[in-house]
This record gives sequence, structure tokens and C-alpha cells, in this order.
Amino acid sequence: MRTLTRLSTKAPDTRHDDVGPDAAAARRDLEGRLQGDGPAARESVTREAPGAGPAGSARAHESAIKHVTGRAAYIDDLTVPANCLHLALALSPVAHGRLRRLDLDRVRALPGVVDAVGFHEVPGHTDIGPVFPGDPLFVEEEISYAGQVLFAVAAESHRAAREAVKAALDAGVVEIDEQPASLDAVAAAEREEFVRPTHVQARGDWAASLAEAPLRVEGEQFVGGQEHFYLEGQACLVTPTEDEGVVVYTSNQHPSETQKLVAEVLGVPLHAVTVEVRRMGGGFGGKETQASPWACMAALISRRTGRAAKLRLPRGEDMRVTGKRHPFHNRYRLGVDERGVIQGGEITVIGDCGYSPDLSDAIVDRAMFHADNAYSLGQARVTGHRARTHFASNTAFRGFGGPQGMMAVEAAMDDIARRVGEDPLTIRKRNLYRPGRETTHYGQSVEQLGLLHELIERLEASSDYWARRDEIAAFNAESPVIKRGLALTPVKFGISFTAKHLNQAGALLHVYTDGSVQINHGGTEMGQGLHTKICQVVARELGLDLDAVRITATRTDKVPNTSPTAASSGADLNGMAARDACLRLKERLFDFATEHLYTDQGLDREGMRLADGHLVAGEGESERRIPWGELVQAAYFGRVSLSEKGFYATPLIHYDRQTGQGRPFYYYAFGAAVAEVRVDTLSGEYRVEGVDILHDVGDSLNPAIDAGQVEGGFIQGMGWLTSEELRWDEGGRLLSEGPATYKIPTFGDLPPRFNVALMEGHPNSMASLYRSKAVGEPPLMLAISVWSALRDALASLADYREAPRLDTPATPERVLMAAEAQRQRREATP
Amino acid sequence: MIDFLLNGQPRRCEASPDTTVLELLRDTLGQTGTKEGCATGDCGACTVAIGEPDAEGKTRYHAANACITPAHQLQGRALVTVEGLARGETLHPAQAAMVEHHGSQCGFCTPGIVMSLFTLHESQRRGDGERPAPLTPERLEAALGGNLCRCTGYRPIRDAALAMGDYPEARAEWLDLAVDAAAPPQEAAPEAAFVQPTILEALIAERRAHPEAPLVAGGTDLWLEVTQRLARFPRVVDVTRVAELAALEETTLADGRAGWWIGGAVTYARLEPLLAEHYPAFAHLLHRLGSAQVRNRGTLGGNIANASPIGDTPPVLLALGARLWLAGPKGERELPLDDFFLDYKKTALNQDKECEGEVIRAIFLPRPEAGRHLKVWKLSKRREDDISAVLGAFAWRLEEGVLRDVRLAFGGMAAIPKRAAAAEAALEGQEPTETAFAAARAALTEDFRPMSDVRGSADYRRLSAANLLERLRLVMAAGDQDTPSTSAREVMLDAYAH
Repeated sequence: MRTLTRLSTKAPDTRHDDVGPDAAAARRDLEGRLQGDGPAARESVTREAPGAGPAGSARAHESAIKHVTGRAAYIDDLTVPANCLHLALALSPVAHGRLRRLDLDRVRALPGVVDAVGFHEVPGHTDIGPVFPGDPLFVEEEISYAGQVLFAVAAESHRAAREAVKAALDAGVVEIDEQPASLDAVAAAEREEFVRPTHVQARGDWAASLAEAPLRVEGEQFVGGQEHFYLEGQACLVTPTEDEGVVVYTSNQHPSETQKLVAEVLGVPLHAVTVEVRRMGGGFGGKETQASPWACMAALISRRTGRAAKLRLPRGEDMRVTGKRHPFHNRYRLGVDERGVIQGGEITVIGDCGYSPDLSDAIVDRAMFHADNAYSLGQARVTGHRARTHFASNTAFRGFGGPQGMMAVEAAMDDIARRVGEDPLTIRKRNLYRPGRETTHYGQSVEQLGLLHELIERLEASSDYWARRDEIAAFNAESPVIKRGLALTPVKFGISFTAKHLNQAGALLHVYTDGSVQINHGGTEMGQGLHTKICQVVARELGLDLDAVRITATRTDKVPNTSPTAASSGADLNGMAARDACLRLKERLFDFATEHLYTDQGLDREGMRLADGHLVAGEGESERRIPWGELVQAAYFGRVSLSEKGFYATPLIHYDRQTGQGRPFYYYAFGAAVAEVRVDTLSGEYRVEGVDILHDVGDSLNPAIDAGQVEGGFIQGMGWLTSEELRWDEGGRLLSEGPATYKIPTFGDLPPRFNVALMEGHPNSMASLYRSKAVGEPPLMLAISVWSALRDALASLADYREAPRLDTPATPERVLMAAEAQRQRREATP
Repeated sequence: MIDFLLNGQPRRCEASPDTTVLELLRDTLGQTGTKEGCATGDCGACTVAIGEPDAEGKTRYHAANACITPAHQLQGRALVTVEGLARGETLHPAQAAMVEHHGSQCGFCTPGIVMSLFTLHESQRRGDGERPAPLTPERLEAALGGNLCRCTGYRPIRDAALAMGDYPEARAEWLDLAVDAAAPPQEAAPEAAFVQPTILEALIAERRAHPEAPLVAGGTDLWLEVTQRLARFPRVVDVTRVAELAALEETTLADGRAGWWIGGAVTYARLEPLLAEHYPAFAHLLHRLGSAQVRNRGTLGGNIANASPIGDTPPVLLALGARLWLAGPKGERELPLDDFFLDYKKTALNQDKECEGEVIRAIFLPRPEAGRHLKVWKLSKRREDDISAVLGAFAWRLEEGVLRDVRLAFGGMAAIPKRAAAAEAALEGQEPTETAFAAARAALTEDFRPMSDVRGSADYRRLSAANLLERLRLVMAAGDQDTPSTSAREVMLDAYAH
């Protein structure tokens, strides 16, 4: 479950609300109506011709001009009250141990220190675990990772606070007994040291299927983690209110959760705490749960001193303290027939969760949900372990475990191809979900199979895959040192939070008497263009120019009890809620107009619409147009409310953890990429020379923003699989703690040939916002094509007889070592 | 006191000697458009443009990382930030192109990217009537490789860079204000001070009086002490204004070798045209050394004095037989670079009391000799703006089919940048055969015992260093020794070939 709130009341048991024959029939009925052109579909999500309104057009980011002029304000840019305090953190230097002594009085006596807080200064909850307990705000006694927060210091300036921490640690205010750290997730799993119980999804007799299959492929891989490297580090500013609460300004994907945790830490009701997020300088999942601790700490200082308090993490501390994308260890044993089609088998994934659950249960679940990617596993069992280790608690990161799960089956595809002597693309196509093989190992039926197959065929043709394959084979045969590789990999990514209750959203719409419109919703802007899309939705529904609609900062006192902006769901959920608010207000205005305007002639209520800044009624000669401003004025004087709230909850989805079966996803988003690489097998250096992408976003809400998500996601995924290497020392201390040692892609890593297209002509088959699809996460996994292309190039060293193991990130070092191993194998086998 | 122009307006600010430009902007002046992304000079979010007079006295702008640039180096300079580019509501072409090409997503790196585009745009308009040089992929990489963006994947930024030249420009006149008219650097030296001597004599006097005060040029490494380790420098000596250290002149040594004395404070950016003409392989390495922001500030003298085992230029200079001219309170001396690096971070500059206060006055770079070849190959996780795991610099001559004057220098293989004496011996006087190179590769195990660290394992370093020698053999066998050609493509990737 993802971010199931630990309220004092018991969370509802969601397992039983969809069972029973009546419920199932009702669900089938609803499903029918939501699909295709069923009545509910037409009703809730009319499609418009492309370009017919503000939604669907390539509008610039709502803050673009502010971005380029430096006027867009981030937390560290906000003007702070004159008496603002600044916090700095003291971090554990060891990965595992016991805090024997912490002398905060000595810290408080240091020059420049205004206050210092640790575990014992917390008046309310000391555990801020987002879903399950396990995340102490400060170390009490047990130290669980290097970088865990021991105490916080408040001083008059950022620099003074950092210097005070340094002085305090140098003065020996802490005493720690270091203990051996558990840093190997596989060993931890073998010892059954888990943060959450193992989960299994199985369909059919997987063991028999494996035993009876003509061929078997087995493999093992390590898939490395990833630092978010949002350009804006974690930051918040807290001001005390005149009551017992605080206002929190934070760079944060989940304001409602921060509101709750701050309230619990302070021991005050939630209504005493307001959280505001205008924008983030990048999030990528790293500010979903892991933005809260800093807000809690600053709130603590703020209430203790009655002063504003700011906490921003310097880059190195940010990287040490916060969790990352989970590293995974995957194993697969699959039975295939002579044509390379998977009959069944098993896949086991071990997620390295770090020291606490955080969101790991849902992340490992999502890895399991994507262990099939776009292929039928036949009769298969997928097992997911959640290993506990002495690292920072690994957390959400774009894809949320999905990418790591997919890596297992994509590795298997290459292995099968080498085994049966076919091109990897042939094997991938043979294994795609298809009619008759459309049910996943967790029981969901994959829809839009026609789209999946057509998308791959179109990309195969547009990228000229087969001609390039021949040319590359000829090149490699002649070239001993430089080897080229090519791969096409698909993506099928499930859209919905797997914790059902999170699939809801609210919006708040205000129209002012001059006709200007303000929209607010529960989603947060982290650069993905959510706010722009929401403004487009409102402008489209109200028939207004985009300039007439302004979005305001996400605030828990405007739209309450919101879900995190995560799981690619921001536009799907909040866009629907904003649309709901518009529809309600529209109805009210239409009623008002029918009743009070043009009463002499009467207005045609039936065909009433808002378009081009007017209320339009009737057709042809009887058409009446009332300017929006006039309509709004009249409604105001007619004492009609010009404010409305909207709400949306995703229908249909359900999942039964007991059986590991259900329909966790409302729909799937698809895509595919072809990557070509050139590898120097003497040095391990390589270049990604060309990339062709075709990606499915249904009917795009904004093609420019969607293309930006596809391209950015791909490059970020490529970084994850190639140059971004997290390294720790033997004691579990992070070595790659800054951009000097942790290398995200830079300008020159942009492939010289980078063709990105959005699939057209395939609206979402489910009733979604204007038949669009979510786009935040799915494109990241397109980058698996780069990794597979590297394996393809390396496979040429041993005449494509086997796919070499290539753990990730596939740094030049790993590529060189794999090349060396291939060469030695070739020499060993005549 | 610092006197400078901020977006065309004269400013006078007080700041401690270890203040950064970024702190001055954000904390003192309340100009928050310039962002802090890392405070180590690696991400470019804080990129600003600094205007200095060129040879003709015209103000020329270069990109710099505000987070590690000492604020006092702004003395008498013009600082341009993202807030200064637009004229009223009219955006600068760099800004307008970014908006129209959807070049910003979260927007946090955007001010830095806009400033890098601005300096690129400025360099494009230098021709005065002439057509600007084409924006090749290499030039774009050189201009933008130091600006990390985590959202866009760079394609729209590339498009904005390519398109901005077509946008009408309403250029602020103040961009052309002469900066040398501003107040001269301070010579007076109160207790806490940022000292900016303008002649060597003054620098040496300062070294005599305050030998403990750190020297700063580009600050690209030293200022990390301030931002990362919270060091305090009550007194700092800036060498960038010392005329002798900023000089770059042709010379002939007593032994008859012709070449150049490159002042210790000459930046990589200033050095680049010279290297491009005479040592393309070295120039190519510079493109992969740091970023434009670092190359505009960092100096050759700093790279040597820093004595990092993974500094990029020392192995090349060792392979080329460079010499150093040191100057200090006890006089001046010259020594071969081979004698400079003593042990990890220990050099001839700090070996004993005798040399206390010495500075690198200049570096002698010999002129290329006919028939002598140079190859420089750097291995790193990322091609741009990364630190070497291993760097090999190889120089040799072929005399009647036999290898002569072989110099093989490596970075990342030992505690200091170091020549591979045994491997050199294995090749000296040999024909470049497989056998000779096999012996050289084997000899590397005598020369080096590399360590494992965040950039690579010892095994990888050993294997890849040996493989670089194999590459060298293949390059020689291909008959291609100085310029990339189709034949060279068989043995290495174009993007790394030189």
C-alpha cells in the first residue's frame, strides 16, 4: 500500500469492497460504460478535434517566463522574516550503532546557537514513518544508517548553524558505539531481514511449466539505485501562527502528508498546520515522503522559539540523508519453447529498502507488477522481497520499482534470443501480450493490444531496424575493437496508485467579478507541467483564453486531504477534479442564464456552451452570445456563487493482496525505443549514437509538455543505467555525494540523433481526461533500450552466442569488464 | 570593499575575503535569480557572466560558477545575472528561445542555462558584421556541458541554442560599458583582506609577510574548502591580477628548446587557442576538463600546484617535458616538472623551509618538434565535466621505424601524476610491435599499484591503462598519429579520438 495514512481511526479495509457477484456485475457494467464510446465515456470525457481548444495544444509552461528571468521563486528565494532562524543537521558518521550520549546543553552553549533539538525535544510523535512506523525524526538510541539525523541546531544564519554543528561534533557532544553494518541486501534477504513481508503473485502451475518447457533460461542481475539529483535540494521555511500551529512553505510532492506529520510531531490538530507548495526545482519522487522530516524539524524549532525557521540541505547532506531509487537483485528462471516463447517460470526480485519501510512495500509490489513488462510470462510466479539494510531508507523515484522489475524480463529476452539464435527483437515480438495471452501474472487483462503491436511495428519501420541490424552485423564482423549494438525495447506501464485510496483528487475554482479565474488543486508542480495542463483544462471548459486562468500555490487549506503528486497521476486525477469543478459551475451559470438572461426571447438551455470568451446559446440565426465578463457580473448580482469545488475518484481498480490478483491499474501506457550504441571494447567507453522513440500518451493534453516528459524521462533513465553510480565505502558511508562524483547525464550525452514522436490516433480506451494518458514515469523505462544495445554490442564479441551479464549502471568500467569476460570466454571455447 | 558593475549599475559592497559571488548576490544583495545547486561548481545552476577587458579594452563576458568564485574577484569587473538580461518586458534572445522551445521544466537550472546561452550569444556576435562561427555540436557542448538539467534531457535547450541567433536583440547598452574604468584593485592590506597584487614583486612581498595566506586563482578547488568544509580564510592572496603570472610569451630556453612561458595564472580558456594550434590532442583534453565555467576561471598553475593525482594537465605536461619557473621570497628557480611531484599532494613548493612562499610563476611548454607525436586519452564515467579515472598521455618519435624519446605519463594510477618508467624502457628503442607493447603493458604492473575509489576499481585502472597502450599500438599501426581519420575510427570512438 502506498502512503496509507496512519490515522488514529483505523484505515478502511479495502479488500472487501469490490467482492461479491453484485459488485462484480456492477464493475463489469461500469467497465463497459467507461470503455470505448460507451455512454459514460461520452458523458465524462468528450474528445475534441486537436487544436480546437487550449487543452491539447503545445502551450508553454505557465512559469516559463518567470523561469528564464529568475523571477520564479523557490523556497530558498523567499523573503524571510527578519528574525528567521536557520537550521543545520548533525548526521551520524556510522551506518549502524548506538548513540550512547548526546549532550545538547553543550550544543546550546556554543557561540551562535539559539536552540538545539533531538529526539527528547519532540513533544508529539517521534516516528514519522509515512505508511508504516520505522522512521524516527531523530536518533533515539539505535543508529540505522550513515547520515541519519542525530540532532538539529538553530542559529542566526545558515553558515552559523553549519559551523555550530561542526564545532559541536568536534567538541565530542556525541558518543557512539559503532556496530557491524548490514550492507548486502541479498545476504539480508537470506537471513529474512525484511522491512515488510514477502509478497507473491502466481498464476497457473509455474513449476510444471518450467519443468516441461523444452528450454530454460536462468539469470541473475544487479540493478543499481539512483540519486534523484533534483537541482533544488530539500528545503522548507516554517513560520509560527498566532495559534498553536505553523505555516510550512516547502519543496514537496505531498503537502497533505507533511501537514499531518508536522501536526503529529507538534502534537496539534491538523487544522493548525497549513502547508504550501508553489513549485519544486525537481522532485522525481524524492520529495514524496522525504521532504517531511525537514518540515517537522523546522516546525519544532519554530514553535519552541516563536520565530520563523528555515532548513535547506546542502547538496552533500541531501545526498547522504535521503533515500534513493532502490537497488534490486533480480533472478529469473523461465521455461521457453523452441521458438523462444515463454511458457512459464519464476522471477524473484529483492529490493534493497534501506533501514525502514518508507514506501518500499508498494515499490517492490510495482517491481513485481512490471516483471512482465509487455510480455506474457505464461504460468508464472513472481516473488518480491523487501530487504532491510543499513542504508538511508530508499524511496519513490520515477517508475517506483517498475523499471527495476522490467530489467529482469528484458535481460531474459536477450538471453532467450541468444539461446534460440534469433534476433532479440523477434523474440520480444513473439512474447508480447496478444489475444489469447493477454492476462498478466496478477490477473489483469491487458487492453489496447492492437496499440502495443502497431506501435512496435511502426517504430520498427520508422527506425529502419532491420536494415540497420544487417549493416551493424557487417560492421562488427570487420571491426575488432569498436562494436556497435542495437536494441528495441517496449514499455507497458500500469497507471494508478496501487494503494486504492490515493486515487482521488480535489480542486477549487474561483471566478472573480472581473471574469478572471483562479484554479487550485491538490497536485504539485515539480516541472512536469501539471499546472499548465490544469490551466488548459479550465480554459477549455470555460471557453476562455489561457491568460484568463491563473493557478495558485498548492495549499492544504484550499484543497484538503490530497494525495501525493506521484504515480504519474497528477493530471489524470487533478485534471478530472478541476474539470468536475468547471462542469458544476458551468451548469449553475447555464441555469442562471436560462432563468434570468434574455428572458423575453428565452435561451436554448439544451445547446448552451462556453466558447471564445462567451456563453453561446442556440445555433445559426437564433444564436445568442453573452460575453463571459457580463455573464459573471450578472451572476454575481443575481447572487449566484462563483466558486466551486471538484472531486474525482478513479473507478474500477481493485487488488487483493491475499490472492495476489486483481486489476490494480485503470489502464496501461505504452511506448517503445530503439537505441544504437558504439562501444570501444578496449576502454569500455561508448556513445549512444541514435535513439528513436514512439510513445503513447493517448490524446495528448499538451504535446510539447508530453514530448518534454518523454525526452527527459528517457535521458534520466539512460543516466540511471549508464553513468550514475552510487558508491559507498566499506562502512556504508556514501562516497558519491555530489555532482563531482555522481554523474547525471549532461549536454553531450544527448544522442546526436534523437527522434521522439507521440503515437497518434489511439485515444485512451478508458474514460480518462480527454482520453489522454499519464506520461510522467513510463518514458524512463524506454532507456532500457540503451542497456540492451550495450549487451548487443558486447554479445558480438562472442558471435552472439550469449548475452553477457551486464549489471547496472553500465559504466565504462562495467562495459570493459564485461567485454574482457566475453573475450576470455571466446578464447576458452574454440 | 568591492566596486563592480551589477547589470550595468555601479555597486559597492563590503564582504569578508572568503565570500562567494553567490553569497554576495543572494544574501547581501537579495538577488535570488541565481541559484545554488551544489556549491561545488559542478552543476552550473549559479552560472553568471563576468565581464573583463580584452586586449583592445572591450568588455568581454565569460560564464563562471558564482558558487565558487571569490566575490572580491569582481573588483573592477562587470557582473551580469539572469535578472539583468531582459529589457522591460522584452526578453533577451537566450530567454525568448528557451521559452519558445520549452527549454525549462522545473526551472531551477534555467537561470544558469540562460546565462551560459547569453555568453554563447555574446561570443556569436563578436564578428561585427562577419558571419558568426557555426554552432557545431562541439561548440554547443563546450558552452553548455557545465549546466546540468535533470528534467528536459537537453534537446529543447539545444534547439533554443541553435535558434537564439535568429531572434531580434534589444541589447542593453550597459553591456558595453568599459570595466577598466572601475576602481583599481586594492593594494592596501588590512588584517582581514583579499589581497590583489598586480606585480610579482608585490606578490612576493605579500608571501614573505603572510606565507600562510592561501593563494587563489580560479578558486575552482580552493573555494570548495569554504563551501564544503566551512573553512575560514581571513586573508587570501589573489594571483589573477599579477601581470607576470598572467603573461603568455614565446621563449627559448638555455638548452635551446623553443616554446612558451605560460604564466601560472593563465586560464585554460586563454590557453586553448595556443594548444588548438600546436597540440590538438591537448586542446581536445581541455574540452573535457571541467566545464566552460571552470575553464574560464581555472588555471594551468593551479592544476599543477594542486598536485592532485587525477589532475588532467600534469600527465600531458610530463609527457611533453614541461618545466616550471618558481618564484619566492628566497629567489627564483627552474626545474623539470618530473621533479615537482613528490608524494600525495606534496610538491617542490612545500618540500622544506627553503621554498616557503614560492609560487609557480610560469610553466614552460615546448614547441612541438617535427616527428614527435602526442596522444592524450582520458577515461571517465561521463565524457564531459568529469574527473579522470585514468588518464594516459603518450609522446614519442619514430626514428627509422624505432621508438625514441618515449614518454608515457599517467594520472589516476598513483599518488601523484607519474611517468611509467618501466613501460617507457620497454618501448624505448624498439619497433612498435605487438611484442614490444606486450612487454610495456606487463611493465605497467611494475610502474603502478593503483587504488580503488569512487571513480574506478584498481582492476579497472590496471586493465584500462594497459589497454590504452594497446590502443596506442593500434593507432601507430594504423599509421595515424596526429589527426583522426577513417582509419583511426577502427580503434577508438570519434568522440574520444585525438
